[in-house]
Amino acid sequence: MNPNLLTPSKALATLIAGALFGFGLSISTMVQPEVVIGFLRFQDWGLMLVMGGAAGLALVAYKGFPRWFAQPLLGGQFLTQPATWDRKTIIGSAIFGVGWGLSGVCPGPAIAALGTGNTDILWALGGIVLGGLAHGLAARD
Amino acid sequence: MSLINTLFPLGWQHYLLGGLTIGAGVALLYLFNGWVGGMSTVFSSSWSFVFKRSFFQQDRFLVSRHWRLVYALGVVLGALVWRFALAGGEAQDTNVPAWQLLVGGFLVGYGARLGNGCTSGHGICGLGSLQLPSLGAVLTFMATAFLTANLIAWSLA
Repeated sequence: MNPNLLTPSKALATLIAGALFGFGLSISTMVQPEVVIGFLRFQDWGLMLVMGGAAGLALVAYKGFPRWFAQPLLGGQFLTQPATWDRKTIIGSAIFGVGWGLSGVCPGPAIAALGTGNTDILWALGGIVLGGLAHGLAARD
Repeated sequence: MSLINTLFPLGWQHYLLGGLTIGAGVALLYLFNGWVGGMSTVFSSSWSFVFKRSFFQQDRFLVSRHWRLVYALGVVLGALVWRFALAGGEAQDTNVPAWQLLVGGFLVGYGARLGNGCTSGHGICGLGSLQLPSLGAVLTFMATAFLTANLIAWSLA
């Protein structure tokens, strides 16, 4: 089967996965820009626990599942997304960090703000939407 | 104990529990569907519905643009459940000024897409799959974010 095909059961799994993501962002208070900025100012190291806990489980998933299962439970194949180290990654990440430090918001929490009802953060979500557009329009393909 | 209180003045349990919950979502997406669930690609792939420009019409966006929107919808639902089940239903707010949110957000969107990943794509999925370029990306954006947040704090003090 096409590994990217969005069947109804895969759509449900995707929705639940996203809900866990959004719920986790909320209970960890990462949806609150003040908490993120507090981390960036060395006042509270909680973000390290959030990222560490999430990356730890992701490590088990990405390394373990392809060994333990022949294919994903709903079919297809275990896809990978290789990262590259080049000018774009360095410059893009540096720009991302400036924006993150300025706003205390990154893409996940910006989306979650639609659920927490934090309408202030819609400024940031709008900015991210436009930033993604500007990047795509400026990109030489 | 005092070290823990110094590092985590607001407590540490909710951070770890939240991180593990996020990780569970990422793991579940991989276990059932085989997909790597960073959050920022949706801000490129969704524009493929609007613009015919070849950048947006890349295969990697076209094949994932539907599920990425469902994934984002899930994030909204999860935050909504938290709000009404655990936070008394009240809408949240922030004291960060609107201009910082808007300008910062723009740089976040532009930078994450240029760098091919954000705090979740590089920080969770990239580190979780032991990719050195993602470690480099995380260290880079942590460094510029530390600088920016502290510069802002000093300039406003």
